[in-house]
Amino acid sequence: MADAVDVLIVGAGASGAAVAWSLAETRMRIVCLEQGDWMNPLRYPSTGRDWEARAFGDMSISPNRRRRDTDYPVNDANSPIAVANFNAVGGSTILYAGHFPRFHPSDFRVKTLDGVADDWPIDYDTLEPFYAENDRMMGTSGLDGDPAYPPKHAPMPPVPLGKSGQTLAKGFNQLGWHWWPSDTAIATQPYDGRDRCINLGACGSGCAQGAKASTDITYWPHAVRAGVEVRTRCRVREITVNDEGMASGVTYYDEEGVEHFQAAQVVIVACNGVGTPRLLLNSTSGKFPNGLANSSGLVGKNLMFHPYASIQGVFEEPMDGYKGPGVCIWSQEFYETDAERGFVRGYTYEIHRGRGPVATALTGLHSGRIPLGEGHHEAYRRMFNRVTGMVGICEDLPEEHNTVTLDPELEDAHGIPAPKIDYTLSENSRRMLDHAVARGTEVLRAAGAVDIITEAPIAAGGWHLMGTARMGTDPQRSVVNEWGRAHDVRNLFIVDGSIFVTSAGVNPTRTIQALALYVADSMKKRLANLFD
Amino acid sequence: MDSIATDNPFTEEQERALIALAGAIIPANSAYAVPGTDDPLIAADILATAKRHADAVSAALDREDRLAIARHGAKFVDLDAAARQSQIERANQPGSGDDAEDELDRARFRGQRAMLSIIAQCYYRDDRVMRSLDMEPRSPFPEGFEVEEGDWSLLEPVRRRGKVYRDAPR
Repeated sequence: MADAVDVLIVGAGASGAAVAWSLAETRMRIVCLEQGDWMNPLRYPSTGRDWEARAFGDMSISPNRRRRDTDYPVNDANSPIAVANFNAVGGSTILYAGHFPRFHPSDFRVKTLDGVADDWPIDYDTLEPFYAENDRMMGTSGLDGDPAYPPKHAPMPPVPLGKSGQTLAKGFNQLGWHWWPSDTAIATQPYDGRDRCINLGACGSGCAQGAKASTDITYWPHAVRAGVEVRTRCRVREITVNDEGMASGVTYYDEEGVEHFQAAQVVIVACNGVGTPRLLLNSTSGKFPNGLANSSGLVGKNLMFHPYASIQGVFEEPMDGYKGPGVCIWSQEFYETDAERGFVRGYTYEIHRGRGPVATALTGLHSGRIPLGEGHHEAYRRMFNRVTGMVGICEDLPEEHNTVTLDPELEDAHGIPAPKIDYTLSENSRRMLDHAVARGTEVLRAAGAVDIITEAPIAAGGWHLMGTARMGTDPQRSVVNEWGRAHDVRNLFIVDGSIFVTSAGVNPTRTIQALALYVADSMKKRLANLFD
Repeated sequence: MDSIATDNPFTEEQERALIALAGAIIPANSAYAVPGTDDPLIAADILATAKRHADAVSAALDREDRLAIARHGAKFVDLDAAARQSQIERANQPGSGDDAEDELDRARFRGQRAMLSIIAQCYYRDDRVMRSLDMEPRSPFPEGFEVEEGDWSLLEPVRRRGKVYRDAPR
């Protein structure tokens, strides 16, 4: 048995990296167990001619398609939206687009303002300093003054508008709708040892340039230099407890499949909205027969995804196509609740520049716009470099019947039960998706699109995994308290998207990391009486 | 008889059928000076890639053969060029009036995604095809690409409109 460590973190992704870095200044002995590897950017797809093919293969967003040794399978057959993730040091930030919005003040008060779901036990002002700290560590780019947000500052200027951004900006202006250059986790200048973006166009399968802020090149180098130990290829099976009902450590498998026990004074779970409930539900004992920290019965419940609508326009003029960071501008015209729209809450439009030659072909072939056989080339050229558009990121409200449970049959390579997803799209989400498609079509037409291609929800688009170990002050209605400590286990903390009370209508990574820094700060302020 | 071990999941006939099918899906085009997917270099790339998806590809080839036999009494690979083209292009406008053939068409279309993905991946990374699209035949990294900055004065009407977010109670 290894010597006990002070803090053991499970998962080296967006939140695990942030909490590790923040706690490192305490000089406690901190170990992070990660089932994936350190990634080598020189092997990312954009370094090869097959860069688009690999985004459908070994660098796919789907663990079930990717099937790396470091992945675990997910049974999402009973969900219209499939789980997307990545397992490595850096987690899903390896593959994310780097679209980096914050939550809004209203997102923390949905019950008070709109009468749905629950208010968060914290508010925007509580998180604001941690958003700012995270912006500095990740290196965000953006333009100050967005009227959709309280004042905030990005350390670097925004990514370029390009042809695509300009074209759609004119469409939004014609309709009098909000738009603004997106906040991105993409360096537009040299920053903290990283070089600037050179518009590789392959953000979604790893940034070989190092401009995109994945946590393996942002937080982790600082945390490791400060003394945090990262052990890769270590897959945690369960969190163990002692006779007092406190977490005593974890049981994990190393690369050779050898079982180990690592004792710890504090355990922090950072496996996000599917991995975290999977681990807690698999951590059963006499004291916790229904899974660890699950006296509320809410571990694995209230799964929220963000249903996505894709609305793409075909233009007669060239757009940015395969060049540039995928993201450029956003619109939050339909973000705040308006009862006349027929749904509560709202969504963000994340505008994408375009797509590569292979993705263009597949979009055209699958939608019937590019025929098989004669006529292929003419039709292809009408689409190549001429498609641009947006996705609508719809707020998903928490519903207890949307769940992550343990699959009774499917297992990973170590015999650990795989997660099973049961998820139904709500009527509110359907209406919101319809609205996003209709208004997105309107703005694309205003911008000059001659054809529109839509998909809602995006079946493969379960990028955002939230709500399955929610935070709150009532132990019967939440899993962790208002600073991330499990109600049932006083030395167990959760810092990832699973503690979200609601999902907002924006990409969650910036908020996940701000929460991780906030929980770490709360722990540091209470070190003398952390377990009281 | 001794046999030679091979990692090729396809028979010779399946390989010929796959290349014939690919060539019918994206034919050569002289106006754009591009080869078809049955070009030897592209075909070799397709065969190598298809091995990693052998089950899906074999199933797709089998469906093409069943449809070809139902219509022409011969396997796809044995059809002449016009018949191959005709069968492929039916997928653009399915619905012959024959229920059994239409069902086969629909099943074929559903099963084609993996095959189309392989064909598109291999075709649109060929040097000749990329040049015909005014692309440099290279990987994105390390040179990257230029993207124009754009006209930031477009933001003026958004600034003039002012705040659009809601305040919330603490």
